[in-house]
Amino acid sequence: MRERPEPVQVVKQRRDAALMQLWSGVPYIQYLGIRFDRRGDELTAILPFDEKLIGNPMLPALHGGAIAAFLEVVAIIELSWVTLWEEMEAGRLDPAAIAANPPRLPKTIDFTVDYLRSGLPRDAYARARVNRSGRRYASVHVEAWQDNRARLFAQATGHFLMPEG
Amino acid sequence: MGTMSEDPIDIARRFIEALPHSRALGMQLVSFGNGRVEMTMPYDARFVGDPATGVMHGGAVSALMDTASGAAVMSHPVGPVSTATLDLRVDYFRPATPGQTITARAECYHTTRTVAFVRVTATDEDATRPVAAATGAFTLDLPKGAKG
Repeated sequence: MRERPEPVQVVKQRRDAALMQLWSGVPYIQYLGIRFDRRGDELTAILPFDEKLIGNPMLPALHGGAIAAFLEVVAIIELSWVTLWEEMEAGRLDPAAIAANPPRLPKTIDFTVDYLRSGLPRDAYARARVNRSGRRYASVHVEAWQDNRARLFAQATGHFLMPEG
Repeated sequence: MGTMSEDPIDIARRFIEALPHSRALGMQLVSFGNGRVEMTMPYDARFVGDPATGVMHGGAVSALMDTASGAAVMSHPVGPVSTATLDLRVDYFRPATPGQTITARAECYHTTRTVAFVRVTATDEDATRPVAAATGAFTLDLPKGAKG
C-alpha cells in the first residue's frame, strides 16, 4: 500500500528552512537585501531597490557592480539549492542537520555579465538555470529583469567549483 | 575660487566617491589619468561571502573592478563624456585574505569611436598574487564633433 503523503505544511516548512539555511548566514547577501521566493523547486531572487545600489545618480541607474553581485549570488544559491533539493527530497538530508552544519557554497571560477539595458531605480528579479553540474565543475546561466520578464536588463554565465564531499 | 586650477584627480575623486554604491562599499580613488586608474576598497565584515572563513564575496571585488574600469575609461585622453559597462568577465584566482584592503588597477587599453576595452586586476596586500582579474567592453560617448 502507498504511504500517506506528508501534510503540505510539513513539506513546505522543511523546504523553506533548507533554503533559508543556504543564504541567511551570508553577510553580503543580507547587506544587498536579496531575498528568495520559492515555488516548488523554482527560485526567484528579489533585489529590492535601495539608494545604496545606485551607480549613476544622474540617470539614475543601478550600479553595474551591484547587478553583477546580485547575479553571482543568485547563481551560487541556485546551484547549491539544486544539489540540496535532490538530497532533501530523497530523504537523505534533515534540515536540522543543515542548521547545525551549513553546506559549503560553490566557488566562482569565472563570471561574465552582459549588461543589456540600464537598471532602473526599482526592484530587480532574477532566475538561474544550472546548465551542467558535474562532480567538480558546474555551468550556470542567470537572467535578470525588472518590470517585464521578457525584457532582460542583464544576463550572466559562470563556472563554479563544487564544494568537496 | 580655485576651481579653474583644481587637479583633475580631485574632480574625479569627488565624482567617483559620490556614486552611492561605490561610497557604500567604501571605495577610494588612488590615481586617475591616461586611461589608468587605481582604486581601493577596505575589508568590511558586511561584505563577507563565506561566513566560515570571513572571505569577502566575489561580488564586492567585482563591483570594485567594474568601478575602476569605468573610471579608467573616463580617464582616457580621448575625453569621454560618459560610459557604461557592456560586459565584464571576471576570473577568480584565489580567496582574498580576510582583513586586507583590495586594490584594483584598471587600464583602458584600446578605444574605438564607440567602444572602450579595459583590463583590470585585483590584489589584496600581497600584490604578487592577484585575487581576480577581469576584462570588459564599455560604451564610449565622446563629445559632439570629437574624432575617436
